Amino acid sequence: MGENVFLNIASWIRGFLDSLGAPLLLNDLIMMIIKASAVIVFVSLNVIWLILMERKVCAYIQCRLGPNRVGPKGTLQTIADVIKLVTKEFLVPRTADKVVFLLAPLIVFVPPALALAVVPWGDGMAAVDMNIGVFYLLAVTSLSTLIFWMGAWGSNNKYALIGGMRVVAQMVSYELPLVLALLGVIMITGTLNMSEIVEAQRNVWFIFTQPLAFLIYFIAGISETNRTPFDLVEAESEIIAGPYTEYSGMGWAMFMLTEYVSVMIISIMCTVMFFGGWLAPFGWTFLPSWFWFFFKVYLFIFLFMWIRWTYPRIRVDQLMGFGWKVLVPLSLANIFVTGIGMYVYRAIGW
Amino acid sequence: MIDLIGQEIIDAFLNNFWSVGAFYTLALVIVVSGLLVVLMKNIVHSVLWLAVCFIGMAGLFLTLDADFLAAVQVLVYAGAVCIMVVLAIMVIRRADMKLSNPFNTQVYAAAGVVALVLAVCTFLAARTQWLVSRARVPENTVEPIATLLLSKYVIPFEVVAVLLLVALIGALLIAREVKADADTDAGQAD
Repeated sequence: MGENVFLNIASWIRGFLDSLGAPLLLNDLIMMIIKASAVIVFVSLNVIWLILMERKVCAYIQCRLGPNRVGPKGTLQTIADVIKLVTKEFLVPRTADKVVFLLAPLIVFVPPALALAVVPWGDGMAAVDMNIGVFYLLAVTSLSTLIFWMGAWGSNNKYALIGGMRVVAQMVSYELPLVLALLGVIMITGTLNMSEIVEAQRNVWFIFTQPLAFLIYFIAGISETNRTPFDLVEAESEIIAGPYTEYSGMGWAMFMLTEYVSVMIISIMCTVMFFGGWLAPFGWTFLPSWFWFFFKVYLFIFLFMWIRWTYPRIRVDQLMGFGWKVLVPLSLANIFVTGIGMYVYRAIGW
Repeated sequence: MIDLIGQEIIDAFLNNFWSVGAFYTLALVIVVSGLLVVLMKNIVHSVLWLAVCFIGMAGLFLTLDADFLAAVQVLVYAGAVCIMVVLAIMVIRRADMKLSNPFNTQVYAAAGVVALVLAVCTFLAARTQWLVSRARVPENTVEPIATLLLSKYVIPFEVVAVLLLVALIGALLIAREVKADADTDAGQAD
């Protein structure tokens, strides 16, 4: 039911281009642009919904109603907010490093947008089915640290600079367990292609064989997206808004957009690497594969929000100590145990 | 028949056109950004241009179909630039960032060294017999690299690993010593 909706649309557009007599190269190029823009447009619009969801979830956790004035049950609140942000003046501080300050919000969305290209949204629904998909995703997302730092540095504001220093310290420290945790799954599957990793989970999801890796990945993922309890980067009570202190209007909106897309990417990676991607649980294949993918991704986004509004922020030294003394050794141990386990399973002929 | 051959030539030209064009564009980006790393007065701008340079290098790997190496270039080099920039700021500590990447006046000595390096590079490049491989690039480059690293080149690989470990322990040791000094300084001040 509806399994092939998107694949049919794609093949219809391709056939239409063929009937116009477009050469193969041009056809491929146009298809690639259409797929990429579809993904980017979907994800950007999705952020509007995610912000509303965040505010509603937060409100219910805190026994409030949340936004409930604009539109039915407040559903149009975020759209009103977006219009406000677009029409707001973009201020550039007089002492700012102007080029760097303006460049940061312009390019901050590039790494997440690049990363989304390799995501398999459903069975055979990756925009680019890349051989080194997982590694590519990790590589391009690692660039966002530098861009956050550019914004923080360009502002020429002491709170922004402290925030920028924290961005580098936190994101670099937690990238290590993040990558090492995924290594366990990659050792078992022997591939970096995301679609193949999902296929490898047809019998058993990797959450059951790699529970520790999932836990490490999830915690490091919260830290990479700078969300509570690891939101020291933008700790409002200490450093106002960290790197975004001087940004207003659309500049600030771009950073927020990136934050929500990063949360989505971490949720997508949790789904693909540990929860079977588009595969249906209990063989419930009467719903299409992309439905299951989005269902799982939204469950993870909800989990992120739940954690954000439940736990208090931890201290900076606790953050560093936890990252380097707990998560990194645990992820190394996980690789070691996985390696031994693979040999044991092979020896007993599983 | 003639049309077919003509088509082949056009195709070959087009393929070459794109790859040659990509090479020269990337080379221009790399050289210009590399120059700007040296010429910028503000060290933060220098390091940001370094990131551009590294990403250009990754692009060069991509034109050679070495996608894994390109990703390594982005992850290890461009991703680690931000650590460098932070270190630069912590070490330099100038009130005016325009003075953070100063030039000196030893033009003649510098010109001599540069000319020497250039001469050695040119000499070596001219003497080397460049092997041009006609073999197709394998579809999946990760596994061959891993196999080579852990079989034929396992000893250099391990030596590099030990070297990095030594550097890591050395850095820790230096950091600890500084801390002990700071304590004694504070003690003397009391």
